[in-house]
Amino acid sequence: MTILKHELRQGKITFLIWTAAIALLLMICVLIFPEMRGEMDAVGEMFSSMGSFTAAFGMDRLNFGTLIGFYAVECGNILGLGGAFFASLAGVSLLSKEEKDKTAEFLLTHPVSRVRVVTEKLAALLLQITAMNLLILAISLLSMHLIGEDIPWKEVLLMHGAYFLLQLELACVCFGVSAFLRRGSAGIGMGLAAMMYFLNLIANMTDHAKFLKVVTPFGYCEGADILADGRLNTGYAAVGILFACIGAAAAYWKYTGKDIH
Amino acid sequence: MNAVDIDDLTKYYGKTRGIEQIDLTVRKGDFFGFIGPNGAGKSTTIRTLLGLIRQSGGRAQIFGLDTVKEREKILARVGYLPSEVSFYPGMRVRDVLKLSADLHRRDCREMGGRLCERLQLDPTRKVEDLSFGNRKKTAIVCALQQEPELLILDEPTSGLDPLMQREFFQILEERNKEGTTVFLSSHILSEIQNHCTKAAIIKEGKIITEGSVAELLGTGTKRVSIRGSVDCGSLTGVKDLHCTKEGVDFLYSGDMNALMRMASRGDIQDITVTEPDLEEVFLHYYERGGAEYDHSET
Repeated sequence: MTILKHELRQGKITFLIWTAAIALLLMICVLIFPEMRGEMDAVGEMFSSMGSFTAAFGMDRLNFGTLIGFYAVECGNILGLGGAFFASLAGVSLLSKEEKDKTAEFLLTHPVSRVRVVTEKLAALLLQITAMNLLILAISLLSMHLIGEDIPWKEVLLMHGAYFLLQLELACVCFGVSAFLRRGSAGIGMGLAAMMYFLNLIANMTDHAKFLKVVTPFGYCEGADILADGRLNTGYAAVGILFACIGAAAAYWKYTGKDIH
Repeated sequence: MNAVDIDDLTKYYGKTRGIEQIDLTVRKGDFFGFIGPNGAGKSTTIRTLLGLIRQSGGRAQIFGLDTVKEREKILARVGYLPSEVSFYPGMRVRDVLKLSADLHRRDCREMGGRLCERLQLDPTRKVEDLSFGNRKKTAIVCALQQEPELLILDEPTSGLDPLMQREFFQILEERNKEGTTVFLSSHILSEIQNHCTKAAIIKEGKIITEGSVAELLGTGTKRVSIRGSVDCGSLTGVKDLHCTKEGVDFLYSGDMNALMRMASRGDIQDITVTEPDLEEVFLHYYERGGAEYDHSET
């Protein structure tokens, strides 16, 4: 547990900043909903005239006049992008930073196996993501309670569950990538998260690109689909879990046999 | 059982040579010097021993344990001081020492405190604020506080002031007397000459000589400098002869009476006979392949 605790301490500030930023933005969005509700008819009309752009964000199938419709779009952008960036950045730097900052020599000349290093670092990453999502969920629910709305428990939990899975997937994939890197890795993490986000937008715009939803974790986080189906797309989610497992396995395979310079 | 046993160890980085077919033995209790300039393969050898890099061929054992298969068991008995020291950001010295102790699953607070005192290291300082020398001291305490059976030190004194170097070597000598094996890699030859009992010289990835420091210095060989004119053509055992206007300078391993007789026949203003130092041995190995020090020839 020494490495796990050490990782949690090292990542504490970054974790707090990202969690606070995402939670605060979600809270603001929920708190301004009662004021926005009256204007939502006009907003909905405006969005409906924007063609592919509207479809890209799933706004053609969501009712902005309801809390959950409004939340699905806002949640998708704030928690989706924010959470994806945090998970990717945290995952992609976890192993590579040791070589970049030359601390790998310190860590790996102590009596710890590389399997233990990978396991405890991965556990720290998953713990951070779990804690972040629980805190954000709690603040979201509290905000909904504060504006006096009935909480649509099932839909909110499904959406948050989907974004939690998305973050786990991206974190594990980036963690796997991290084992192959020796130098700066932030660009790769941010780039991967952004690419996945935009792939989903493209998939939403045209049926010809629908297959991209299999690749991007944002595919199973689509608020419009979750609200319509009352569940996650299990096929996309299963592929996501498979990618996460491959990422974690790649980290073990590469890091245990890697030369540390 | 030996502390370190290296057998035919080879490491290539792609096509680039790291070390080639190294054979080396360090016995328990030795104070062993590992000499070579930058890029000779010292750090590659050490990093292979510690399992940081995987060898391309051969094998290495520490305390009879395979460095690949039984890495953790080995590292539990080894203290390592790297040449370049890096720590995690935001930590204080005491946090680094605790992290190191925790990774060893040991309570090293007492020994760590004593070492900090001897090395005048403030454990409350943040590692980012430390000078290079103080970061080195932190790494020294990390390596020594868990009282390892083998100390592997890669260019340990860089950054330490002379007083700290003296204190550091005093600690090492105390530990060595208590039974700790010391494997010291350095290109500072006086460190090896003054503290090590045995040494090996590495050149371009290969061990070119190994033995006791006294043997390497060549106990029978003297550096002779004569100011004046002499004819040393009749002497046997003369190597590395330099003739100048002022006189001659050579390494001599022959009969001392013959040297005196030769000197008495010449016109001499001054003569000095000294032990060659390790630097001289080292430079000859590097510049001329060591022919002058091949004692079988002299």
